[in-house]
Amino acid sequence: MIPRFDRVERVAHWTTAGLLGVLMVTGAVLYAGPFSAMFGRRELFRQVHVYAGILLPVPVLVGLAGRWGAQLRRDVGRINRWTRDDARWFRRRNRVRAGRLDTGKFNAGQKLSATFFAGAIVVMLATGLILRWPNPFSDDWRTGATFVHDWFAFGIWIAVLGHIFFAIRDPVALGGMTRGEVTPYWARTERPAWYREMTGEGRDRPVGHAGLE
Amino acid sequence: MDGAPVGRRVFLGLLGVGAAGILWGSNAQRWLERQVGPYLAKDGTGLSGLLPIGRFRIYSVTGSMPHRGHDEYRLHVGGLVDQPLTLSYQDLRTMPPTGLTRDFQCVTGWRVFDVKWRGVRLADVLDRAGVQPAAKALRFRSFDGTYAESLTLKQARRDDVLVAYELEGEELSDAHGGPVRLYVAPMYGYKSIKWLDRIDATDEVVPGYWENRGYDVNGWVGRSNNRDDNAT
Repeated sequence: MIPRFDRVERVAHWTTAGLLGVLMVTGAVLYAGPFSAMFGRRELFRQVHVYAGILLPVPVLVGLAGRWGAQLRRDVGRINRWTRDDARWFRRRNRVRAGRLDTGKFNAGQKLSATFFAGAIVVMLATGLILRWPNPFSDDWRTGATFVHDWFAFGIWIAVLGHIFFAIRDPVALGGMTRGEVTPYWARTERPAWYREMTGEGRDRPVGHAGLE
Repeated sequence: MDGAPVGRRVFLGLLGVGAAGILWGSNAQRWLERQVGPYLAKDGTGLSGLLPIGRFRIYSVTGSMPHRGHDEYRLHVGGLVDQPLTLSYQDLRTMPPTGLTRDFQCVTGWRVFDVKWRGVRLADVLDRAGVQPAAKALRFRSFDGTYAESLTLKQARRDDVLVAYELEGEELSDAHGGPVRLYVAPMYGYKSIKWLDRIDATDEVVPGYWENRGYDVNGWVGRSNNRDDNAT
């Protein structure tokens, strides 16, 4: 087996996921008529939503901050950098062709989704703080913050459902985040550049790659 | 590391979109309410009701959605009045109706434009009961068993304060406080108590549910609660 995510990364991922789940459920209750009608205890849901929201960035920031966060910091660097093959990944027609790309630890879809979550969390936190403590802000800003909070929430719902859908479709990749390791076969076929980096094997580019040019 | 820092650009781009949305989102929201809102209102599936456009957010302070049918509904008017009343839904329907079309502004920020209300003027109800000179204010109570509100008599006698039974041409639903609620047009939504059960004339203002939790007793839109919304 090949180690993929260390303990710090997994704890950061799952605590963030848990908090985000709480936020999505309490947010839906606060937002949607049918739900808030069923659960009238608005004050309780509001408090849980506010505190979970304030805590949301904490796991990742703690993970990044310390001596323990070396691998997480390195992976953030990988997610930041986009190669020519990432652009090709978006233009691919099917999984087989994607397999011919020289993908690193993260494919382009993962990079995009991780980046989206990072940005969306900051935006939701900022607009959420304006909604919770609106006094210093003008009416226009508060309405704008509501507008942004609403539409980003829709984006986050779509992104989370997509994230879960793709994780379930690829149990080995999911195992990377649950148990922390993946099979060598998966790494070699799905993430060849990362496989070479981890094992030092097969330094040449994967077969068939040239055919894509 | 290889490659261009596209991740950072996407991340900063999202923050830019968020900041632009805070600055100009109210214009976008207003545009959507006016342009798209009317079409969503006609959509029969109800799915578009989930979109954040021209929608009421349904708030209730108790664990369940109160319900009372038209036949069993009674509005009690008591306290410092000459003639305590018990009005049925039909009694209210036979009184002279008043229609109002005004924006509805919540103290938490959302606003629904041009909402059509129908009901009877609260002043007419008060006249039928004959408010005694000693009375200075009204206390309202909801049949949810918890919510309460207040108005001074002067506020209550305004032409734009209704005992409402229709919203957008339809009978008030449970979610909107039906069968009968208060509608105080110039004040924030929390003054418009839903599921109206009792009105008592009192010798002083008794603060209501949210007012005991920090909201202003005189909830004028734009002139209270440290907010500066446009008046409704």
